[in-house]
Amino acid sequence: MNYLIELAYLAASVLFVLGLKGLSHPETAKRGMHMAEAGMLLAVVGTLMHHEIVSYTWIIAGLLLGSTIGGAMAYWVPMTAMPQRTALSHAFGALAATLVGVAEFHHQGAGLGTFKMTAVSLEVFLGALTTTGSLLAFAKLQELLPGKPLTYGGQNVLNLGILAGILGLFVYQAITLDAGPWFYVMTGLAAAFGVLLVLPIGAADMPVVMSLLNSYAGLAAAATGFAIDNKVLIIAGTLDGFSGFILSVLMCKAMNRSITNVLFGAFGSTTTAVAAGPQGEAREVSVDDVAVQLAYARLVVFVPGYGMATAQAQTAVRELAKTLEERGVAVKYAIHPVAGRMPGHMNVLLAEANVPYSDLYELEQINPEFPDTDVAVVIGANDVVNPDARDNPQSPIAGMPILEVDRARSVVVLKRGKGKGFAGIENPLFFKPATGMLYGDAKDSLTKLVQAVKAT
Amino acid sequence: MTTETLIATLYVFVLAAFLGYLVISRVPPLLHTPLMSATNAISGISLVGSIVTAGSGHGWTSTILGFLAVTSATINVVGGFMITDRMLRMFRIKTNAPARGTHAK
Repeated sequence: MNYLIELAYLAASVLFVLGLKGLSHPETAKRGMHMAEAGMLLAVVGTLMHHEIVSYTWIIAGLLLGSTIGGAMAYWVPMTAMPQRTALSHAFGALAATLVGVAEFHHQGAGLGTFKMTAVSLEVFLGALTTTGSLLAFAKLQELLPGKPLTYGGQNVLNLGILAGILGLFVYQAITLDAGPWFYVMTGLAAAFGVLLVLPIGAADMPVVMSLLNSYAGLAAAATGFAIDNKVLIIAGTLDGFSGFILSVLMCKAMNRSITNVLFGAFGSTTTAVAAGPQGEAREVSVDDVAVQLAYARLVVFVPGYGMATAQAQTAVRELAKTLEERGVAVKYAIHPVAGRMPGHMNVLLAEANVPYSDLYELEQINPEFPDTDVAVVIGANDVVNPDARDNPQSPIAGMPILEVDRARSVVVLKRGKGKGFAGIENPLFFKPATGMLYGDAKDSLTKLVQAVKAT
Repeated sequence: MTTETLIATLYVFVLAAFLGYLVISRVPPLLHTPLMSATNAISGISLVGSIVTAGSGHGWTSTILGFLAVTSATINVVGGFMITDRMLRMFRIKTNAPARGTHAK
């Protein structure tokens, strides 16, 4: 019986890898996910035959309850809330790993031996910190807590102190195999560390943090695999851990910052004073002006940012694009890697609004096209189009790759109000002669633009 | 755990890491959100460990912890895969076909 289970796990591992491989193209992605789903089913069914299982009552209860909650969340959550849902999901996954680790420790105690004790400690450490960190990220994204970084004196010293404490207990556990309360103290400290780690991180840095938490959740699962000697857990957890790691590196690169800087730099709280910024009057434009500009353009590029998500304006963008295309205007969308609150956020929103993915362009593809662009329409994006990142070495975001909309013949910026971006930095783009500012709710403005273009 | 099994397990870990690196690097930025929710669902594989904990009858504490773990992991697996499917259904190339897959607002 046992080797049958092992074979099921092996098949599941292969299906997971094939599933992720499918994600290399939108055409093959759906089939890939079905493979991964089949793999998961196989792993679960195989596990149900495990010889240690004596009662199915609580297993079935948990499976039913979890399916109901998970299914409901997946069905009703709007695409704009995808970052929150993902954060919550990371918390649940990490919580499961933590609980398994705690149960394992509770059951076996010193009998775990040095190696398994290390694995269980690692699992519980990563699990607990991911659980609380993800819950806090969820609260920030859901705006239950302010999105601004929360900082205080001695923050980094305190965090490092706690981390040192955790590591100390970690080593102590592994050496003494103590079955006493210190293990739980370590778990508690790890949970506190998760909160403290995410507190100073601003909403604009969320893509990096989301990716990191994704990575930790996977590594916690991999550690579980070491603790209970289960290879499918190791493989699946490692795949997830690496995926999150690669995404964090890509996100950091897209902001020209290091992971340490994101985690300990408390971006956005200290930089405001540095950037005095360019002064001048931003030119306000009317809906009718913009409509004429758009209607007679050859190429229009839309640049969405998080503001598009908050205004739920993706469908209105698509409407406007359709109206323009019917008039023979070419329309493209430029997507910055860190636009939004999680990797790929904008792509999903636009896909939801029926924008074909062949119209979505990455930074490197679209930047050479801006000089030929008649109108670049910036919708609720700010820092990702800030020319200071390229031109001003003093700027706090210097070196961050940007979408070079300032090279377009004209720029229209849809903006809620006259405030600064999330990083709190002035944007010289707004003061350029070629730039027109269209203030107001983005969805509202876009809907009016559709009418105005149709009337032109 | 003997040294041999430990080494074998480390092999699995290291090779999985390389494989993960190679496979994931090829995922385009277009699909990064589905990638994240898919890997998230896959990491719900801790369900496998949770099931054994919940069903092996090592006393009430373990059973309750296991039950909670099964519930959380299942939320992750079911929710993660369902939402990934929902997202992927929305990605389409240029066609005139009517829109589908946007049942939730």
